[in-house]
Amino acid sequence: MRVPLTWLLEFAPFPARPGDRPSVTALGQVMDDLGMVVEGIEVAGEGLGDVVVARVLEVGPIPGADRIRRVVVDRGAGEQVEVVCGAWNFGEGDLVPLAPVGAVLPGGFSISRRRMKGVTSNGMLCSGQELRLSDDAEGILVLGGQGVEPGTPLVEALGLDLDVVYDLAIETNRPDALCVAGVARDLAARLRLPFRLPEPPGAPVAGSLPASLEVVATDLCPRFLARVLDVGAVAPTPAWMARRLTLAGMRPIGPVVDTSNYVMLELGQPTHPYDLDRLEGQGLLVRRAEPGERLVTLDRVERVLGSHPRTGDPVDDCLICDAGGRPVGIGGIMGGRSSEIGPATRRVMLEAAWFAPMAVARTSRRLALRTEASVRFERGCDPSGIERALDRICQLLAGEGSGAGEVTGGSPGPTGTGAVVVPGLLEVGAVPPRPPVPLRTARVNAILGTALDDQQVVSYLAPLGFACTPVGPGLAEVEVPGWRPDVEREIDLIEEVARHHGYSKIPRTRPRSPRVGALSGYQRDRRKVRATLVGIGASEAWTSSLLGPLDHERAGLAGPVLEVENPMAREESVLRRSLLPGLLAAVVANTAHQDPEVALFEVGHVFAPRAGGVAPPGGAGAALRSEELVDEREVVALALARDGDDARQAVAAWRALAGTLRLAEPELVAASPPGLHPTRSARLVAGGVELGVVGEVDPSVLEGAGLGGRRVGWLELDLASLLASPRLPEEARPVSRFPSAEFDLAFVVDDAVPASAVEATLRQVAGDLLETVRLFDVYRGEGIAPGRRSLAYRLRLAALDRTLSAEDLGRLRAACVEAVEVAHGGQLRA
Amino acid sequence: MMAGVPLEELRAKALQEVEQAPGLEDLRRVEQEVLGRRSPLTLAHRSLGSLPLDERRDAGARINQVRSEIQEAIEGKRRALEEAERAARLEADRLDLTEVLATWGPGHLHLVTQTRDELEDVFVGMGFAVAEGPEVETDWYNFEALNYPPAHPARAAQDSFYLKVGEPEQVLLRTHTSPMQVRLLLTSELPIYAVMPGRCYRRETADARHRPAFHQIEALVVDRGITFADLAGTIEEFTEAYFGPGIASRLRPGSFPFTEPSGEYEVTCTICRGRGCRTCSGTGWIELGGCGMVDPAVFGNVGIDAEEWSGFAFGFGIDRLVQVRHGLSDMRVLQENDIRFLRQF
Repeated sequence: MRVPLTWLLEFAPFPARPGDRPSVTALGQVMDDLGMVVEGIEVAGEGLGDVVVARVLEVGPIPGADRIRRVVVDRGAGEQVEVVCGAWNFGEGDLVPLAPVGAVLPGGFSISRRRMKGVTSNGMLCSGQELRLSDDAEGILVLGGQGVEPGTPLVEALGLDLDVVYDLAIETNRPDALCVAGVARDLAARLRLPFRLPEPPGAPVAGSLPASLEVVATDLCPRFLARVLDVGAVAPTPAWMARRLTLAGMRPIGPVVDTSNYVMLELGQPTHPYDLDRLEGQGLLVRRAEPGERLVTLDRVERVLGSHPRTGDPVDDCLICDAGGRPVGIGGIMGGRSSEIGPATRRVMLEAAWFAPMAVARTSRRLALRTEASVRFERGCDPSGIERALDRICQLLAGEGSGAGEVTGGSPGPTGTGAVVVPGLLEVGAVPPRPPVPLRTARVNAILGTALDDQQVVSYLAPLGFACTPVGPGLAEVEVPGWRPDVEREIDLIEEVARHHGYSKIPRTRPRSPRVGALSGYQRDRRKVRATLVGIGASEAWTSSLLGPLDHERAGLAGPVLEVENPMAREESVLRRSLLPGLLAAVVANTAHQDPEVALFEVGHVFAPRAGGVAPPGGAGAALRSEELVDEREVVALALARDGDDARQAVAAWRALAGTLRLAEPELVAASPPGLHPTRSARLVAGGVELGVVGEVDPSVLEGAGLGGRRVGWLELDLASLLASPRLPEEARPVSRFPSAEFDLAFVVDDAVPASAVEATLRQVAGDLLETVRLFDVYRGEGIAPGRRSLAYRLRLAALDRTLSAEDLGRLRAACVEAVEVAHGGQLRA
Repeated sequence: MMAGVPLEELRAKALQEVEQAPGLEDLRRVEQEVLGRRSPLTLAHRSLGSLPLDERRDAGARINQVRSEIQEAIEGKRRALEEAERAARLEADRLDLTEVLATWGPGHLHLVTQTRDELEDVFVGMGFAVAEGPEVETDWYNFEALNYPPAHPARAAQDSFYLKVGEPEQVLLRTHTSPMQVRLLLTSELPIYAVMPGRCYRRETADARHRPAFHQIEALVVDRGITFADLAGTIEEFTEAYFGPGIASRLRPGSFPFTEPSGEYEVTCTICRGRGCRTCSGTGWIELGGCGMVDPAVFGNVGIDAEEWSGFAFGFGIDRLVQVRHGLSDMRVLQENDIRFLRQF
């Protein structure tokens, strides 16, 4: 909402003037404090405030100077000023702009007293360019106007009012502030200044109009008033109105439309003029749109109404038609092209209606058509303010001697452009009654933490138009004005009290939680998971949850995905099932930067449709939780793409995680999970539950991603399963006080025998004596038959009660050798 | 004096040899020569017996004095030589610690995670629990229960990604973390002191300050007798705890369907500390987020008596906080996963 200051000043004597910067800023701070956030303050005609009109009295040479002259001007009231000037395009008697000493011109150029060739220059005569009024830098701007007295401010002489425009962000709960009068009312209430709305004289109501009005869809359009004006001899829009419209951000079009817009900006009531002679049957009919009905709106776009564009279901669109039933406008949003006002328009039928907010909002949203009118109607207009708006338009268009009565103020210039109001008013529907809202002072204080009394509460509400009637101690009944459709409940009134009391004046207190704050076990462990992955050198990524439709397939992943109904781009149209596509893309991007040290992990949500998830009908409320339709899980994934990285590093990372979390029985089960290397991957299982996968990314996936020939280690875990899997017991295991002993065993076993199985056998045989067992060498090649390899283990052993003897160790060693031979066909390697 | 060698000469010669011994080995040899069994001094001592008794005592005392003098000199020299040798060994062992070969150290948590963790820790310190929920929500949880009726104008500001599941426009990616408020109000025992971080989505064109996906954190307190003053005080407490001293907060009216009265809150610009700079557009304040008292309609939707219980909520964008704190001109860098960026923090 763009609000010119001079317009605001029509309604209340605010202590701010366009030329007085501090006062302008201070008023803006009051707007901020009331929740009408100032996003910008623009000064129109800035830098011209100090410039006055002067009459040239004398022009003479300066000895020793051939490019500058001495000029004496009358700057008003007979005061003569001597200046030095380098321009030659004027002469004695001309009117010119003078920037006196101390003036600051547009762009911040300030005028000081200077001496040149022995002559004192007490100011500057200005060119059009210096004043930013034209591109002419050649000579002084010579003013042609007659009857302009020296000393007149230049802006006045040129009709350029200095003005300030506040650009305000208005919240959705403040429809009253979508007009200049509403902003002024709020400000005046806070500043305790008298506020005055324009009181246009009522145009004649009695009379039979040459037009008809019928409203069928009274639920979509509960109130509709219309007047007829003869605009055959209408004059152009007055300059003051055109300027205000421009400052407020609207383009002047023609007197009728401009006046309609002006009153909308002033009072908040949108209206729409139709060319009466282009309405079939000389009248209007308001009804629901039939499914598929079409209308070309003022913006030259054909709109389809009455049905949902995707489902084709019928929808409620309020259509304004002519008496013949032909659509001529979309109620509360935009008029149709066929009845547009033009130079040839003789008679105007003026609509001033109140449309149901929700209906306007739905239609506007579906058509993606937001207009000045639709924004106001969907937030809520004042159904009791329609007459005033109509009368105001009549006043501004018809002015004096038009039958609309005398102009009573509220406008800075002459009104009346020659239109004639045809006596008579068409009216359908009444202002809906609004019950008063009870307000308890105790409740105000209980919500705000204040100690206000009844009187203070009333003093904040009354200037806003709320009529408070005390009905008992601490209780009032509040009549809500029509311009506050947002206020329906006690809490809405409390907000108004808070706003006008001032948020900054509310005390600050600190409630105390009765519980100790803490992260959950899951949250603490998730931090450990992140810290462990950081510890092994990986950095955390944040990849998009939305992928392209082929991204999963490209990553070798299959399965149903959740699709976005209304994606912004095809490449962001499905929800990820896995972190693989995203992290792989991140690896590719980093590889493109020639970075050799890419190790990335991510903790994030993945999504899949829930198998068998049946959606109950809409309106299920709390009973239908998204979990029933969508399988959403938090996962952690790691992509290792540093030089030399492969599945081994991924397994090492998994072991680090399992160790940090003290998982009880993590197991690797060889497998070929989708997207992963078919012969270098495994599923991770603990306590019988699958936690995720580890290995390498499928070489063909890597090739497709442009990473052919590289290896990328991969680890992906379901966090909830991981963190819920069994942990080692909390009790500490005693450490032997006797020295440990160790021996190495190397076995030759078939490739098909997992090393983990050999290790398990060793653990079992060594039992309680085992401290650690570590696979320290794997060898294939000379001396070992093809299809077999040598696995070398180092066992550290100790007993709690004695130093293990050579015999103990010998027996144990023999038992290990025998067990591995029996269980796995492993032969001790000499 | 015996053997024709004057004691004084012996002493001087011995001391000189000790002094000149270049190494420990040499010193041992000198020691043997001047104090050993066959040294002139030892011999002189042995020959004392041949002196008359009265002379013997004096001569013995002199010999012993010289002997101990030489012994002391040898000890001193030994210590000096040992120290020199140790110093030489250490010198030979010298290492330039800055010549250590570069290796890649630990990785880096994402800036958003680091910030989220810090925020969580501050709230935990204030007695809050950390609550999390799904990113896919139903329209009821995301909007309707939060007092956004269908076609409410405030919905326009939170354009949603709807999913092709269930009824049309009923399942969506949450547009804020506030549906977690609904979940907590429905399932938690009162009172509630919780903070809710997480990822949200809005169908907005990406620019320097907006991304279709972003992270929010919001706090919810519901207890008996909670007031707007408590809200303002808690925001102040959080601001001080997170940003440190000298950073103040202020509130002004705002509008959210699920809170009333509602507000926007600002904190002292952390870049210029209130003096005014480019980050804060010269105002000295940075808009952080929204806040307000839980709207009675929300309590009604979840079956909580708004006369008995009251509460407040406030929240803000984590990414935005990161952007301001680290002076990121474009939010996009947070999602590019360029390791050259990630490594900086």
